[in-house]
Amino acid sequence: MLEKNVTLSLKGCTHGALMCVPVLPGIIALGAVFGTVAAQKGLTFLETVLMNSLVFAGASQFVAMEIYSAPLSWGTLIAMVGVTGAVNMRMLLIGASLRPWLGQVPSYQTYPALFFLTDLNWLLTLSEYDKGTRDWGVYLGSGVFVWSIWSLSVVPGYFAGSLISDPKTFGLDVVLPAFFAALLVPLWKGKRQTVSWLVAGGVAAVTWAIVGGYWSIFTGAVAGALAGAYLDD
Amino acid sequence: MTEGAFSADTMFILVVLGMTAVTYALRAGGYWVMGKVPITPRVRRGLEALPGAIIVSTILPIILQGGLAVGLCLIVAAAAQIRLKKEYIAVFCAAAVAAGLRATGL
Repeated sequence: MLEKNVTLSLKGCTHGALMCVPVLPGIIALGAVFGTVAAQKGLTFLETVLMNSLVFAGASQFVAMEIYSAPLSWGTLIAMVGVTGAVNMRMLLIGASLRPWLGQVPSYQTYPALFFLTDLNWLLTLSEYDKGTRDWGVYLGSGVFVWSIWSLSVVPGYFAGSLISDPKTFGLDVVLPAFFAALLVPLWKGKRQTVSWLVAGGVAAVTWAIVGGYWSIFTGAVAGALAGAYLDD
Repeated sequence: MTEGAFSADTMFILVVLGMTAVTYALRAGGYWVMGKVPITPRVRRGLEALPGAIIVSTILPIILQGGLAVGLCLIVAAAAQIRLKKEYIAVFCAAAVAAGLRATGL
């Protein structure tokens, strides 16, 4: 079941970028806080920028910095790369769910574009797909735009961290989760979603209570998808 | 700007390259695997159920960790979205409620 009429246009890219505007304060705050944390941990400016722009996965960067200590040993290296894998495990699922849409786009375009895959542009892309959009510029535009903002936001945080020492005061820490909650609303169609979400939520909560951390995203999502797959109409 | 701001430790570069490689493998891996798996109706239903399941699994631990205040903000966001169908209003309301609650010390 591949889409046969997927297109790519500048208009789609612009549309995708504009859709990210409501969450910009959240992204900028998070990027700036990462800059501050990196500066406090003693990273050089170049090291901070390299990690932030190449890894481009907020939560895993923070967790890796928790483990970081200079001078680096091979053990620390393996631990940092390992937690990055654990925290970003959900990307496997996110990427998988894009296959029905992007599967028809040539590989030489999709594989470089997958570097820009985040929860945010994935979710925007799927909600647009739901509305009938077949211009994958929505994915590419939002991805490149968020990456650019993310890459820049680390700079003020690195040099003037105390400006936004506590994003919580302004409610900036709830911006991204609130955006997700808002985008969840139109995904609800009926019984299949109710069951799948309850299963996902239950498994995620239990996983969180037992092991904590980020595994709950992976286990909950897999359980919810299986429930959705095996619930026959 | 301090001396050596544009220098980088070799070991640190290896860490960054490792983290980048792992993350990209995960970004591209799931997409790649689904190109090898025949998309049967069951697989398609599973893929369709994934987005909601991922969001629920992402948000719920945030609420469990953040407590009543965060939970309330996300309920506000969802309610605003149901009534007004504008994501930016929903996000703004949630952030405003969070800032308000924290100002009162909750």
